Amino acid sequence: MKPITRIHSRTAVLTDENIDTDRIIPARFLTTTSRTGLGKHCFNDWRYLPDGSDNPDFPLNQPAAHGCSILVAGRNFGCGSSREHAPWALLDYGIEAVLCSEIADIFRSNALKNGLLTLVVAEAEHRWLLAKPGLELAIDVAGQFVELPDGGRISFQLEPFARHCLLNGVDQLGYLLQHADLIDAFVHAREHQEAAVHSRTFQ
Amino acid sequence: MSAPRTLFEKIWDAHVVAPESADTPAILYVDLHLVHEVTSPQAFDELRSRGLKLRRPDRTLATLDHSTPTLPAGPDGERPYASAEARVQVAQLETNCREFGVELHGWDSADRGIVHVIGPELGATRPGMTIVCGDSHTSTHGAFGALAFGIGTTEVGHVMATQCLLQRKPKTLAIHVDGALPAGVGAKDLILHVIGEIGVDGGTGHVIEYRGAAIEALSMEERMTVCNMSIEAGARAGLIAPDETTFAWLKGRPQAPQGEAWDAAVARWRTLPSDAGASYDREVRIDAGQIRPTVTYGTHPGMAIAMDKPVPAARNAVERRALDYMRSEAGRPMQGMPVDVVFVGSCTNSRLSDLREAARILRGRRVADGVRMLVVPGSEAVRRDAEREGLHQVFLAAGAEWRVPGCSMCIAMNGDLAQPGQLVVSTSNRNFEGRQGKGARTVLASPASAAASAVAGVIADPRDYLRDDPRQEQAA
Repeated sequence: MKPITRIHSRTAVLTDENIDTDRIIPARFLTTTSRTGLGKHCFNDWRYLPDGSDNPDFPLNQPAAHGCSILVAGRNFGCGSSREHAPWALLDYGIEAVLCSEIADIFRSNALKNGLLTLVVAEAEHRWLLAKPGLELAIDVAGQFVELPDGGRISFQLEPFARHCLLNGVDQLGYLLQHADLIDAFVHAREHQEAAVHSRTFQ
Repeated sequence: MSAPRTLFEKIWDAHVVAPESADTPAILYVDLHLVHEVTSPQAFDELRSRGLKLRRPDRTLATLDHSTPTLPAGPDGERPYASAEARVQVAQLETNCREFGVELHGWDSADRGIVHVIGPELGATRPGMTIVCGDSHTSTHGAFGALAFGIGTTEVGHVMATQCLLQRKPKTLAIHVDGALPAGVGAKDLILHVIGEIGVDGGTGHVIEYRGAAIEALSMEERMTVCNMSIEAGARAGLIAPDETTFAWLKGRPQAPQGEAWDAAVARWRTLPSDAGASYDREVRIDAGQIRPTVTYGTHPGMAIAMDKPVPAARNAVERRALDYMRSEAGRPMQGMPVDVVFVGSCTNSRLSDLREAARILRGRRVADGVRMLVVPGSEAVRRDAEREGLHQVFLAAGAEWRVPGCSMCIAMNGDLAQPGQLVVSTSNRNFEGRQGKGARTVLASPASAAASAVAGVIADPRDYLRDDPRQEQAA
């Protein structure tokens, strides 16, 4: 993963609360065996009309939203399934950061592992951001703040390890593999102790 | 003496390979990794690209359920996949399991089925374990007092390679369900009611422990229904303390310990329930006696209400849109709303007891004209047991379709779906916009409510169909 230190973009806004992973990427597109190419189906059933043309009522189809890579979304964004296809689709669509007052647990974990920033801001500031699409923002990952056009700042807190991984492009699987000795020792101690309980017994 | 601990804390502590610090999450050991075709191919590719082996094939169990057709193979042996891509995805899992030595319950297995149905059936799911799967409804296994939660595909790769996950310790939420459920009201009504009370994000950041007399009185199948929907309140996991009901259900299952190992296991499992005086980050109390047959009226599971109660007015534009989408009317109850499709199935409600509950109402009755009803057993074992009891005959005689096991219309990615605008009374777990087909309107309900609605052609109270049933009088 390449390091992410700063994201600069205008904001696009989806005010709906509880935007679930089925809305981000409907299940019928999950038959893929790859991570790529899902952007064209991002928000598919919201974004397109039944004839396949763009839905003019979908906020991200507005000309002003084109090219925006920061999404401000209503509370509890990403609720629902554990499909990592949701962050894959958003990234492929061009979204690099989601700002929200609350983000669903599994979605947030998946997003951060793919370099999609999922940032929780205070409710009052969230309301303010929701009301102002097109705002020019700069996200500073190291400083944990969003810089506003007038120089003002909105702070956020990233889980320290996720922040470290983003800033340094740390490969989390690589990090886990470095702890192989600890894992081996744990397994050795535990399997001796509890062989009777946890060994799988076949007929 | 050590401080009293909750069930969650005991399981967590026993699986910590490296504790969390301010800078780093804990490394948590995984006892059982469940795998299916949709969220695994990219993880297997990751192993391949890094030249890694799958660390514990003996703790990995795979099946086919999401993309699989529920109509049987044709005379030529060809299965009616929804797309060439779905066929490839299934073939990919078969190849991956062969290459990495994973036990796959595929098309030729007598145990194939929905991943959260077969884990418990095989006895692979047991108290005190950590269980993960690239599927948010992994919370189902919490019914056995196992810490079980859904993960994304990157983490599926982590577990394949290391049998571990990087995790921050979640908070705990105790939901006490006091009293007893009234006759004709079941586990699905209970959990829909709970989510309606605490909200679709009421459990975010928490692991729920369901407690209290009404929970202890539930069967294992009912406990699985409750824990299954923990994620619909935003909680990653839901737990119920193991007890005699749990042990009796597990005893003799193919992968459950046997003989002395069984006795040793039970002795250890008895130490798992939360200690007296253990504290939770949050606690909620629910009175089971107040729960009635409950359904959803909006586009997320938190928009749930007793079917005979008036739908509340929208509090904001999103709720207004949800009511418009569902064509639910504020001030009017959901009961009586015309139904197009009824689906009985999914990891929430596709077990034998669920099918019995639906059959009890359908026996000697017909699905209303114009209503399509689909019954999809959760596994081959459920299908066999149901057919042995003749339940399939009850469904077929009533005019319902009896299918091959799979996730089917819950996620609607295998071709089983509803048409735009159709109202589906569904025993599944999600009523999101378009979940069961573009424009389809989902009302979540219990198997009994679903069956009653199929017969009535409108959303109906199952108790009206059970009054003349002697078993109901006994229960009451």
